[in-house]
Amino acid sequence: MQFTIEVGRYNTEGRYAENAVTGEPFPAPWNASPVRRYQTYAVELPEHAVVLDALIAIREYQDQSLAVRCACRSAICGSCAMWINGHANLACKSKLAEFTKDGKTRVESPPSMPIIRDLVSDLKPLWEKHLAVRPWLENKQPIPGPNTEYRVPNASMEELIQEVSCISCSACLMDCESFAVNPDFLGPQALAQAYRYVGDPRDDKTKERLGELSKPGGIWDCTHCFECVTQCPKGVAPLDQILKLRKMAVDAGYTNNAGTRHADAFAESVKHSGRLNELTLMPKSTGLLNIVGQLKTLPSAINMARAGKLPPLIHKAIPGVARIKKIFERVGGRFK
Amino acid sequence: MIADHDVIVMGAGLAGMRAALEAARLGADVAVVTKVHPIRSHSSAAQGGINAAIGETDSWESHAFDTIKGSDYLADQDAVEVMCREAPQDIIEFEHMGVIFYRNEEGKLGTRAFGGASQARTYFVGDITGQALLVTLYDQILKAGVKVYEEWFATSLYMDGGACRGVVALEMVTGELHLLRSKAVVVASGGLGRLYEPSTNALICTGDGYSLAYRAGAPLMDMSMVQYHPTTLAGSGFLMTEAARGEGAYLLNSLGERFMKKYAPNKMELAARDVTSRAEATEIAEGRGIDGNVLLDLRHLGPDVILKKLPQIHEMALDYLAIDMIKDPVPVRPGMHYQMGGVKTDVEGATAIAGLYAAGEVACVSVHGGNRLGANSLLDTIIFGRRSGRASAGYAKGTAASRGGDDLLRSEQKRLEDLLARPYTGETCAGLRLELAIMMDKLVGLYRSDAGLHEALEALGGYRKRYEGVAVGDKGRVFNQALTFVLELGFMLDCGETIIRDAIIRKESRGAHTHVDYPERNDTDWLKHTLLTYRGDAEPEVTHVPVTITRWKPEVRSY
Repeated sequence: MQFTIEVGRYNTEGRYAENAVTGEPFPAPWNASPVRRYQTYAVELPEHAVVLDALIAIREYQDQSLAVRCACRSAICGSCAMWINGHANLACKSKLAEFTKDGKTRVESPPSMPIIRDLVSDLKPLWEKHLAVRPWLENKQPIPGPNTEYRVPNASMEELIQEVSCISCSACLMDCESFAVNPDFLGPQALAQAYRYVGDPRDDKTKERLGELSKPGGIWDCTHCFECVTQCPKGVAPLDQILKLRKMAVDAGYTNNAGTRHADAFAESVKHSGRLNELTLMPKSTGLLNIVGQLKTLPSAINMARAGKLPPLIHKAIPGVARIKKIFERVGGRFK
Repeated sequence: MIADHDVIVMGAGLAGMRAALEAARLGADVAVVTKVHPIRSHSSAAQGGINAAIGETDSWESHAFDTIKGSDYLADQDAVEVMCREAPQDIIEFEHMGVIFYRNEEGKLGTRAFGGASQARTYFVGDITGQALLVTLYDQILKAGVKVYEEWFATSLYMDGGACRGVVALEMVTGELHLLRSKAVVVASGGLGRLYEPSTNALICTGDGYSLAYRAGAPLMDMSMVQYHPTTLAGSGFLMTEAARGEGAYLLNSLGERFMKKYAPNKMELAARDVTSRAEATEIAEGRGIDGNVLLDLRHLGPDVILKKLPQIHEMALDYLAIDMIKDPVPVRPGMHYQMGGVKTDVEGATAIAGLYAAGEVACVSVHGGNRLGANSLLDTIIFGRRSGRASAGYAKGTAASRGGDDLLRSEQKRLEDLLARPYTGETCAGLRLELAIMMDKLVGLYRSDAGLHEALEALGGYRKRYEGVAVGDKGRVFNQALTFVLELGFMLDCGETIIRDAIIRKESRGAHTHVDYPERNDTDWLKHTLLTYRGDAEPEVTHVPVTITRWKPEVRSY
């Protein structure tokens, strides 16, 4: 079966084929990423072939100048994450037939990452963030003797296989919407790895880790876009791990941050009136005593008012709000 | 650029990183040079587990005996003893580092059964044990602050006055060649699976370290011992872990029979790998296969065991064959998997060359002899990785800083430039690699014959000549993979030649080396290792050393 592959080429030495077509600039916030030149290849492959099969076939027999990282071909090594039709996926796990759109499959390095060449991204942001969460066990003391393991329930180990399954392919970070506008965000891969150690009963620094993760750039900077859950090829579901971390951080008392205040303001408003009071959400999230912070939000508020986007000044409760309160009581927890 | 360190480790899989961590702990200035990011290393593909005799009913002697019997008595028993004695502490150390080993009801380390073992002594993390060890070790390297030259491709070892004093490597991102000078070098660059088609191995397993060490003068030992894994996925050849059978899966032929009862009535599906692979090949050859495969049947294990303990292979069968192993059996066949032979080392990882150490699959200590037991390879990497790290750091302490090397850097530069300038002759690297690999599988695979091996040697000579005409189809500097593929093919040719020669020399059948013209094991003449030493354009020098036998006398091997 014939497949048509459109490959985004990039070469700092200016080596491009004549038939490579210069693409459009990427939209904001990625407009600084260099424009790719798209080269089209026709590849004959079995119906069930994956994108990586096509790239290898191109590289081996059509165009040796195509640079692409790959090793295991079976979604274990994490080398071949790239944009396939505009979303990050492992090329070795993406069936060509499923990713053929308008008769072709477009592959390129995602503009969210620095690029080295062709399909080879510079994953420096990924590795720096990974390192930033101190991804190693800080052993609970006393460490058992050299012939003895930590005694822990099997369930506590089995639970962590979800995070240990992470192959650091970077697909999640490549498509993370928060990272796209906030390069300081630790991002889904690193936060999932943070949970891997926070959730480990053998780790001694749970509280310290949660404190660090509650700072700007940490767990509260995630916007719940679910891209990381959708794009992860190994079912790590980083957002789920971030939500676990948030709950643990709040339970550990790390509540003096915009994220917790935002969540609190949200819940209190719903409990109080059955719906969201958008007028008070922003000031409460910022912290009512945080004068500098409040002033910083003023320009946005003025712009919103000008655009007619300011929420109504009078906030009314919905009918039957008493039942909403009952729900909060039944659920229990912080807002009972 | 020229950079200086005490110890350079080539390769960042389990053996390499373990060596680096140990050398760093002992105060050495150690750096790792690796052609892929450490996390991409092929150690991550090891699925089933890692062996150690930890349980109260188990003993290192039992583990050692199983390993030696598994090796078809070609393993050196002193080396096996070291590995099996030290296994428990090293595994516990990895547990303390953070590996999430699965537990038993008491919260202690849990085990599963594995092939060729008289007890369940395989410790595991689902079916991603290698990955779990690799990521934990990588994080330890980060913690220790070990320098990693990442995506640097080693082209040559720096030899000075007969000793190994560094590595010349190509920085992929810039295309620049550098000399990493050191007092000692640990080669831990993994296997050579790309020499065979199909193979369970990753595209990066191209035998770099075997060739570099061989050309530097270190002998290669027992290279003919190439393991075929009994359960590789039909079509793609991806690994279906032995843990599937460890958890109780059956092997069935086209008649639905558990055919292993004919070949290994006691151990059934859990016989040693060479035995099981040959049994499958026999079934297929006698017409009881299904399109060249047999069936791996997990259905009776139930979804809970499959999804919790074998999630990765469940997903792989779904992804690449659209088969749900909860509902249907999976077609599998024997496929090339592991090289037991390699750079000869002692139990400290030292080779015959001063300053040169080796560990992991590229090395031959020899703890696997003619056939490696499942879950002994991860063990080999961490035990002998640690030992070679310690030995190389110790050696570096008593050694003066190395000097010179500019000449080598210049000549390597010239060699690569000439390679880039070579005109296109119609010979492609990929085409030649595929021909070579298919030939190796056909003539130097599960079964060998005198005629076939001589045909293979002749074919290899032809490939070498054609290799001289292979051009690099990319003339750029940045991330020029076309260039490194050509260099890798050169490494594979050296590996292929030494495998074939070793197979020709060994006139018996032992372990993975099944010689149809000499179908019996011959302990009178062949209880010995074969060493091949590089001699330039001349044929390699052949020497033999006896197998070290301590307390386990060779017996008839049955399962």
